[in-house]
Amino acid sequence: MKRREFIKKSVGAGVIAGTALSVLNNEKLFAINKYKSDELPYDLVAIKGGSAEAMFDKAIASLGGISKFVKRNQTVVVKPNIGWDSTPERAADTNPGLVGRIIEHCLQAGAKDVYVFDHTCNEWTRCYRNSGIEAAVKKAGGKMVPGNSSANYHPVEVKRGIILKNTKVHELILESDVFINVPTLKNHGGTRLSICMKNLMGIVWNRSWWHANDLHQCIADFTTYRKPDLNVVDAYRVLKRNGPRGVSVNDVVTMKYQVLSTDMVAADAACTKIFGLVPEQVRHIAMAEKLGSGNSDLDKMRIKRIVI
Amino acid sequence: MSQKYFKILRILISLIFLISISLLFIDFRGIIPASFSDFILFLQFIPSIIKFIHVLGYAAIGFIIIIIINVLFGRVYCSTVCPLGIFMDVISYLAKKIRIKKKYKFAKAHNVLRYLFLVLPLIFLLFGSIFLLNLLDPYSNYGRILSDLFQPLVIGINNIISIFSEKANMYFIYPVNYETFNLVTALFPIAFLGFIIWISFYHGRLYCNTVCPVGTLLGLLSRLSVFKIKINSITCTKCGKCIAVCKANCIDIKNIDVDFSRCIACYNCIKPCPEDAIKYKFDFRKETIAIKDTTDASKREFVTKSVMYAVGLIGLSKLARSQQNDNTVKKLIPVEKDNPVSPPGSGSIRHYTNNCTACHLCVTACPTKVLQPSFLEYGFTGMMQPHMDYKTNYCNYECTICGEVCPTGAILPLTKEDKKLTQVGRVHFIMKNCVVYTDKTACGSCSEHCPTQAVSMVPYIEDLTIPFINPPTCIGCGACEYACPVKPHKAIYVDGNPVHQLAESPDFEKLEKKYFDEFPF
Repeated sequence: MKRREFIKKSVGAGVIAGTALSVLNNEKLFAINKYKSDELPYDLVAIKGGSAEAMFDKAIASLGGISKFVKRNQTVVVKPNIGWDSTPERAADTNPGLVGRIIEHCLQAGAKDVYVFDHTCNEWTRCYRNSGIEAAVKKAGGKMVPGNSSANYHPVEVKRGIILKNTKVHELILESDVFINVPTLKNHGGTRLSICMKNLMGIVWNRSWWHANDLHQCIADFTTYRKPDLNVVDAYRVLKRNGPRGVSVNDVVTMKYQVLSTDMVAADAACTKIFGLVPEQVRHIAMAEKLGSGNSDLDKMRIKRIVI
Repeated sequence: MSQKYFKILRILISLIFLISISLLFIDFRGIIPASFSDFILFLQFIPSIIKFIHVLGYAAIGFIIIIIINVLFGRVYCSTVCPLGIFMDVISYLAKKIRIKKKYKFAKAHNVLRYLFLVLPLIFLLFGSIFLLNLLDPYSNYGRILSDLFQPLVIGINNIISIFSEKANMYFIYPVNYETFNLVTALFPIAFLGFIIWISFYHGRLYCNTVCPVGTLLGLLSRLSVFKIKINSITCTKCGKCIAVCKANCIDIKNIDVDFSRCIACYNCIKPCPEDAIKYKFDFRKETIAIKDTTDASKREFVTKSVMYAVGLIGLSKLARSQQNDNTVKKLIPVEKDNPVSPPGSGSIRHYTNNCTACHLCVTACPTKVLQPSFLEYGFTGMMQPHMDYKTNYCNYECTICGEVCPTGAILPLTKEDKKLTQVGRVHFIMKNCVVYTDKTACGSCSEHCPTQAVSMVPYIEDLTIPFINPPTCIGCGACEYACPVKPHKAIYVDGNPVHQLAESPDFEKLEKKYFDEFPF
């Protein structure tokens, strides 16, 4: 190749590359795990009428399968709500069957490891055991990881937070390739409802500070830190009263719903309606939307509704 | 079986007891079932007696079995069952390895001291305080050493190992938070451990024959024993080989006599005797006479001195009692509370403080570590008896382990259903401290932790909710107090019930199932 020809060609290549970069979204070209919702056929999938496991099978299939989110050899962290030492029937914790089924899907997609943890409220070994989640995770081939030690939580900066500027996050969230948030829809005495965004309080250490410093705003602020790659809301059994812990099974209604979305704000808004409230009644939904963490206007969304 | 093998048998059984009991007290993960601790602690003398007073039944007759064995063979308990005694043997054994020349000698009994240490705790007990017994009881002292000092050490080692195992993606060993080590309440076990090491390093079983009230009591009973270690005065050559191995310093070779009240039945002396002159002999009738001969002087001394001290002590123990009352009323720690909280199953603070020997087995067994050794919460004489420390954690609603493991009956076992209705304290709400009131922001931390919704969130201004308390359904678990984020003065707290109450059942009507035919969006 002559020198002149080389210069011509390399300049040409540079121009093409530059054009490509300016036309395409930078983030999209380089981000490996960040799946924009527009790559998915729907913004939100709502499904009802089946078992938690069957609903997840159908719902994730409608989004194109878990392989849209989990690639071969990636590590996955699944974060259910395991906050309370109570049985699955009490609906204070996420449905164990659902957690197990999600892990099975991830492993089938070739995930290297699937970890499950929660920073529990009650004594953690009892929560893990009595919620049935520990057994379900082990059966499915996932790894149950303790969330009780401050040594595993590392300081992070919440740059766009209004009140919450710093907090400590569990290392699994910092290190894993894929983060799947699996809350359960339930009543909450302080924040009205506990769904996707509220569930993220289980990945931080010093949440007592949140309670003392405008809880709703802290919940909203933290959504700007790391969005889960997928949210699966378990609303099979719903704790309608005395939440988030409940007093007995009398507080629980079997509703057989499930909602999937990459957008926590959208999922929370939809679940608020399923619960029988409106999104305006749960302050942190509007606060998070204002911070650009998602969209609560369900009318403007591509929603897939499935009935089993 | 030849009596030469008694020693090996004794060592084997004693190691089973020592290792099992030690494991109980360092089992910070709650692996060992409560039934095993009931089984292995069944024979512990002081806990068994105290339990017997309250729970008449087979579960508490351990001390009777010990007394029967004692009347047959002497203080087998001290060498074989008592964890502190065995622990001292281990130290003496190590001392022997370290020091080149180590031979025991005969020593006279410290009769004044030993009977004083028996009578003083009894007098305290008569006046309703178990305090002195707690300071001296060998089992409880060993428990405290293990629970308060060794357990943190084991947890520390566990946590170091967990750092490496975690890196290898293995989570079988996980770190355990131990932020509750309290130097003040650990001071006594530390001092006691130092004392025990020193005394057994240089003086064998001097503690058991001078300070330990159980040793002294069993020693008194030993005088009646049917079989005793005796020296055959015809074959004995006074070579002194038996004295050199006698940890209790109780062989008086000059007079060819064994002070069987101090003999701890270790059988070290049997094998070394070249003449086979020292061993168990049937000695019932002879000894009844011997009692008359040998004990008159010491008995007289004992009686006169104990009467003297008793008179002096009535005043002292009264003082101790009044102090206890003052402390529970005067709001020592924390200031805003009238009463400490005793664990569910203890019935009342009085029952609890009268029966807890502060062995700290419940402290080890408690999964949330809400049970912590107390300092002055129950008053001076209740020192070290565990209390519900809501600064450390709160009582798990579904858990009944403390009552299951308690060997003295200070905490009686409760079924889960009963425990969930046992009100150990009552909730109090200070609205002016609450973040919803002061900051006008949402919280609900107390209510979300409340298992009975004795603290519920009710509508406040705008869409905020504020705590509302319903004390009758409160069980006093302390979850609200622990969870309250307000510092330094909590907005919600539990004040102890001096006498535990029956809480109202938190029943709510069954919610009706309601389906949406269509998606609501």
